[in-house]
Amino acid sequence: MKWKGLIYSALFLPISLLSQTESDGLFMAKNNFCGGFVAGFSQWNHYWEGNFYRSNENIGTVSSNSIMLMGNYGINGKTNLIFTLPYIQNQASAGTLIGQQGLQDLNVFLKRELYAINFKGWLTSFNGTLGLGLPTTNYVADYLPLSIGMKSQTASAKMMIDVQKKQFFITASAFGMLRRNIEIDRDAYYTTKMIYSNSVQMPSVTGYNIRTGWRKDPDHYIEVILDGMNTIGGFDIRRNDMPFPSNNMDAIKVGLNLKWGIPGINGLSAMAMAMQTVAGRNVGMTQSVAAGAVYQFEISSPKKTNKK
Amino acid sequence: MKLFKFKFAHIIGVCCILGLLIFQGCQKEPSSRVDFYPSLSPDKLDTQAGSWLPILLSSPDEVECEIPLLTVSPDYKLELVEIKSWQAKLTDNDRELIKYWSAGTVLRWNEIMRELVAKYNLPPYQNADGTYPVPNANNPLAYPFFPFANPPYASRAYAYLSAAQYDAAISAYFYKSKFKRSRPSVSDPDIKELIPVPRDFAYPSEEAVISGASAAILKLMFPGEQDFIEQKLQECKNVRIMCGGNTRSEVNAGELLGEKVAQKFINRARQDGASKSVGNPSDWQMLEDRAVNRGETPWKSMETPARPPMLPLFGRVKGFLLDSSEVVQGRPAAPPSVHSQAFKKELDEVLYYSKNATRERTRIVHFWGDGVGTYTPPGHWNAIACDDFVNLNFSEVRWARNLALLNMAMFDAAICCWDVKNFYYTPRPSQLNPEIKTLTGLPNFPSFTSGHSTFSGAAATILSYLHPPKQGNYVSMANEASLSRLYGAIHYRMDTEVGMTMGVNIGQKAVNRGKNDGADK
Repeated sequence: MKWKGLIYSALFLPISLLSQTESDGLFMAKNNFCGGFVAGFSQWNHYWEGNFYRSNENIGTVSSNSIMLMGNYGINGKTNLIFTLPYIQNQASAGTLIGQQGLQDLNVFLKRELYAINFKGWLTSFNGTLGLGLPTTNYVADYLPLSIGMKSQTASAKMMIDVQKKQFFITASAFGMLRRNIEIDRDAYYTTKMIYSNSVQMPSVTGYNIRTGWRKDPDHYIEVILDGMNTIGGFDIRRNDMPFPSNNMDAIKVGLNLKWGIPGINGLSAMAMAMQTVAGRNVGMTQSVAAGAVYQFEISSPKKTNKK
Repeated sequence: MKLFKFKFAHIIGVCCILGLLIFQGCQKEPSSRVDFYPSLSPDKLDTQAGSWLPILLSSPDEVECEIPLLTVSPDYKLELVEIKSWQAKLTDNDRELIKYWSAGTVLRWNEIMRELVAKYNLPPYQNADGTYPVPNANNPLAYPFFPFANPPYASRAYAYLSAAQYDAAISAYFYKSKFKRSRPSVSDPDIKELIPVPRDFAYPSEEAVISGASAAILKLMFPGEQDFIEQKLQECKNVRIMCGGNTRSEVNAGELLGEKVAQKFINRARQDGASKSVGNPSDWQMLEDRAVNRGETPWKSMETPARPPMLPLFGRVKGFLLDSSEVVQGRPAAPPSVHSQAFKKELDEVLYYSKNATRERTRIVHFWGDGVGTYTPPGHWNAIACDDFVNLNFSEVRWARNLALLNMAMFDAAICCWDVKNFYYTPRPSQLNPEIKTLTGLPNFPSFTSGHSTFSGAAATILSYLHPPKQGNYVSMANEASLSRLYGAIHYRMDTEVGMTMGVNIGQKAVNRGKNDGADK
């Protein structure tokens, strides 16, 4: 089982979900399925308007509650199919703007081990992940910072290296994501110029994720995380303007993640995570926590294998 | 089994690569519908437009136009050579510009203003002490940038632009008929016309007259954009020569004529009271006291820190269609007291829409939102009008006249609406019931009556007159725009209904002017 707990830093950038999931170097065994829920809470009361760091008493603290359904199926020991589907509820503590809630995007990832080697006791694997993101409901994207998402169909690719010696490990990954144009409820809008269309070009996103720590086995580990996201293109929020889905959103976050198998109940694990945004552009300076439980079982074959 | 796995991996791989390629194709800068507007090709040349009723000019020849060269003069021949030399080395960029401006000069300057309104429609960020800075026209590039192009400011800017374009165009058509200078291609068959050129007279170029006037008004309204505006002006002038429609002197004389006509409007704008419409703390206190003295709960800014009301004295600005006494006489009766049962019913209905938002109502709220960072409701109605007008084959002067009627109506709608808002100083629903959350930004000025409804009533009325086949659409769009404010939980139903009635009445003033300006003879 390989779920890193998952945090929504929603609010301005639900896309960063991707960089928080399936970012580990672990694989489910063939015909095993692992499913569960993660509940998340995140909030910010300062944000970057372009590079200008500010608060806004007309929204106060923007907070997000979420519950995410997730699952991972081992097609075989080297190929896993992963999905996530969150329900998100956002609100502002001040001002009059109404909150938003709803089922957000279904993300499906295919993760594959490409190459593995034991180099003098360093177990090293190279993995690749392909992902698709599909909005599941007709939610409103053009209502930031309270929108529950960007409502963009996405396609992503991620490369990852995972190295472990005894119980020390480090995983590093980098991803790129293409986002399809979205349609908004207006038929004209201003970015850095007037565009007379309801279609909005969504800039691509790249990012990296580095996590390291102690890993006894796939169900027992604790790690620190450094996560970066960089939107390629897009524009800055102007002074005192509203944010817009195609803003240039960047963020660097640090965090802590823990997974622990529950003693006595085979297959059940608990997870907890905390993240803090430390730098950004056109995003909130988010603090987030999440906790969840997953249960793993074999669908057919009685044979159980674990990588490493 | 092994073979199967091999194939499976390959199929997935190929699918993924194809998927990414398809995605790449779907990630495109959307094309603006305004880029596909057809070239202007008037059905009627409106050669008699020199006799139409001007707005500020006492007569179409009040402003003098330079007397043209004779077409037999060597200087004129040289101008013909200039056209041919441009045409011999047109770049792709030149062709793009020709295509852009061929859709219509009045139209494109209207779009340029909409873009600048959207760019400047941002409320200033507060000072450290919780007060708000006021944009300064004499220092437009220092923050807060001048102007804050909010809906009343924008309505006035659109009106001055369109009205100046109209008087400039009338003057141009007057002189065209007077001088009877033929088109360059008539004098020299080697000159190609790269866009449809009306078979009327060429001196002065009406496009240059309209552009000269437009640029002058835009520079007044958006003084921080001088270089951008000047660049557009030069582009338009060059296009007139490159496309074979006009010679250099036709364009230069036109620009000068347009500028001089615009100067009349600029002088008027400097004295129309708009610069005093911000008011001062004692004005704001007076508005509040007036409501308190009537026993009402006065409007209060829901922003933190509290922001002074948006242009509370805009009701005193001098409009084009109504004089100040008509503004006061046209005030609707007071809304029910905030303490009355009738008012409570209104408030409860807003709460209902706040608590029961549907996706469709949310769409309507956002479609008509036209809030911060947009071209405002008057800009939205200009966009609606232009989307229709491009298919109606108007001459430049008719374009100018129609948009002038539309924008004068909306400017006067803003004046009347802001007069009523600040006279009654009615609180917004969220002020009286904090449970009322809004689906869009809460505007920072009193509730009764709705600006959207007043603008939309006025716009739909004059547009129905200008283009009767779409009357039903205009009326239903106006009703939707009006109701969007109730759905958005920022206005009471009475605000929308009374605002709509006011707007229709003001629109009717524009219709009456239109019936008598000579254009529909």
